[in-house]
Amino acid sequence: MEMNAKQHKYGMVIDLDKCTGCGACMVACMAENNVPFKKDESDNKRDSITWMRVFKVSNDKPYPEADICYLPRPCMHCEGHDGHSPCVSVCPATATDYSQETGVVSQIYTRCFGCRYCMAACPYHARYFNWWDPVWPEGMEKYLSPNVSPRMRGVVEKCSFCFHRYQLAMEKAHYEGRAELEEQEYQPACVQACPAGAIVFGDLNNPEHRVTRIVEPDPHHHFTGHSKKALRLLEQLGTNPKVYYLTERQWVRKALDQYNFGSQAAAH
Amino acid sequence: MDSALFPKGVKRCPTWKFALWIGAVGIVLLWGVYAMLLCWLKGLNQTNMNDYYGFALWIWADLAVIALGGGAFFTGFLRYLVGKEELKNIINFAVLIGFICYSSALLILAIDVGQPLRSWFIFWHANVHSMLTEVAFCLTCYFGVLTIEYLPLILENRQIDKVPFFHNLGHNMHEIMAVFAATGAFLSFFHQGSLGGVAGVLFGRPFAFREGILIWPWTFFLFTWSAAAFGPCFTIFLLKITEKITAKKLVKDSTVWLLAKISGWMILTYIVAKTIDTIYWLTVTAPGAGYSAGFFYDNWFYNIGWLIAEIVVGGFIPALILITEKGRKNPTSLFVAVLLGVIGVSINRWVMVLQVMAVPVMPFDTWALYYPSWQEVATTILPVAYGIILVSLSYRYLPVFPNEVELNAAPEPVAVPETDPDMPAEAAPARA
Repeated sequence: MEMNAKQHKYGMVIDLDKCTGCGACMVACMAENNVPFKKDESDNKRDSITWMRVFKVSNDKPYPEADICYLPRPCMHCEGHDGHSPCVSVCPATATDYSQETGVVSQIYTRCFGCRYCMAACPYHARYFNWWDPVWPEGMEKYLSPNVSPRMRGVVEKCSFCFHRYQLAMEKAHYEGRAELEEQEYQPACVQACPAGAIVFGDLNNPEHRVTRIVEPDPHHHFTGHSKKALRLLEQLGTNPKVYYLTERQWVRKALDQYNFGSQAAAH
Repeated sequence: MDSALFPKGVKRCPTWKFALWIGAVGIVLLWGVYAMLLCWLKGLNQTNMNDYYGFALWIWADLAVIALGGGAFFTGFLRYLVGKEELKNIINFAVLIGFICYSSALLILAIDVGQPLRSWFIFWHANVHSMLTEVAFCLTCYFGVLTIEYLPLILENRQIDKVPFFHNLGHNMHEIMAVFAATGAFLSFFHQGSLGGVAGVLFGRPFAFREGILIWPWTFFLFTWSAAAFGPCFTIFLLKITEKITAKKLVKDSTVWLLAKISGWMILTYIVAKTIDTIYWLTVTAPGAGYSAGFFYDNWFYNIGWLIAEIVVGGFIPALILITEKGRKNPTSLFVAVLLGVIGVSINRWVMVLQVMAVPVMPFDTWALYYPSWQEVATTILPVAYGIILVSLSYRYLPVFPNEVELNAAPEPVAVPETDPDMPAEAAPARA
């Protein structure tokens, strides 16, 4: 597919060599998007909701070669083949959608009836189910963002690239008689919260935006990054994710390579 | 007390014994209902599912009962469309089992979704690209067909049949049953296939993903084929258990052998196709996505034993027993074969749901194992209890088995001619 200037394709670049694993992106995301939490988050993490989750990857080597890579994982907003992303195509009630206008995979909470097929389809585990109704500590409801609706028990939610920020920015732009946004007008909370500046966000269709300049996505090869530092998770599955990772560390590239991972059993 | 409701000429156990039986099973049913209410009122936090296991025990149970209930559509197809008249002796029972399986599947789905009151969204906001949408439409329609197929049997109850309207209604429904059998076969082809497609289209899950033709992955065809192959095994399996409990012969051997033979050949052709599919997936599809064959079975729980159990023990062995005359005519080997078949197809549905969730996909992920909560177990047993009760009630009050009277008639005493006192002793007929 050729780049279309009128169609935006918002995406993200995360520099793994800059990420310190501080978790500020996770905290900012939860606060911005009214992400519910359990009373005790110290137990089973597999029913905790973390739209942005930082994974820890180790090279498993002793000192002095020991090294850690922290990998922030938002929703990848996969484009698949022409918007045929893994989760969107399977949702039976059209409760999730791929926007050709922005490239954002949306989730319609009031339409989701909780079948969880999208969760089964997502290889990144970026989709979360509300196993409980949200319970906020006393007084905290006053701190909730009025721009994001809280979700009820029994529906799926996920990272939206802070889509409400896009809507607010577009409202402002329309008010000022503009049809297009400036690069800095729409930035997700995690990007702004990262103290190391490891996350860059923008329109992958716009050659002026930093994300495009860093990654140099190739529209003739499923938007694989031309940059030698860039890689995408599970690229070979055909999910066509819009989150790129940067690293110069060879062991990290190897650790994130599914071919290397998927042949571990054979190598035993 | 209730003998006036029994089919004509049959014997049934005393009412107290029947009530005791229903009561015992009813306790299990109530346990399941309690767990079901907990899930509805408190939510799916009552289960052990999590964000790695969005699909778990219930979805397996759903897929398994739908596959096992496939005996209804396939027997109907053989009886009404292929013209295997012999199968009229078992078609009522096959329909009854199908009705139980499909109503159970719908009940499980109603518990499984996070917002049950929004279930109608699947029809109202239907996404035509989703295999689950196709499943929902065809499953619901086919359940309607099964209800129509089961209804004439209810109308044949001795007391209901006395009402002229019901008698005529039942008779006329029988006349056009071929139309419903054809509709059922058509709908079943699609929903059984779509259930296979549910897993097969997951291109983000290399354990499940399969190539195919146009929009249909190979699992689409394999699921339909396997339901047609193993569904009759389940019908025969339950028939033999019913015969054991009632201590009666309910269906002619010739009918069972015919169905077993057809099932055997279906299983054999299916399992050959499944083997080819597995080899292609393990050597071409999965390595193409970066996953070696051994990777999927490199876990203490999900090891190669599952694949062997599914294809060899639950596939080739029952197929080879059922296609041989000696195998299917021997009561023990017949029972072993249908039991292995039932286990085989259930394993297939298990791995296509739970192992799909268990296999790590991201390079830094680990295997995810899960065990169900008691609420999940109880709600999965609930349909079993419901099924036992419905079979018991149908057997007691409806003419499910048309040959029952004939097969269980007391042997008539042989007539002995009067001996002529004048006849010499050696010329007199010997007494039997």
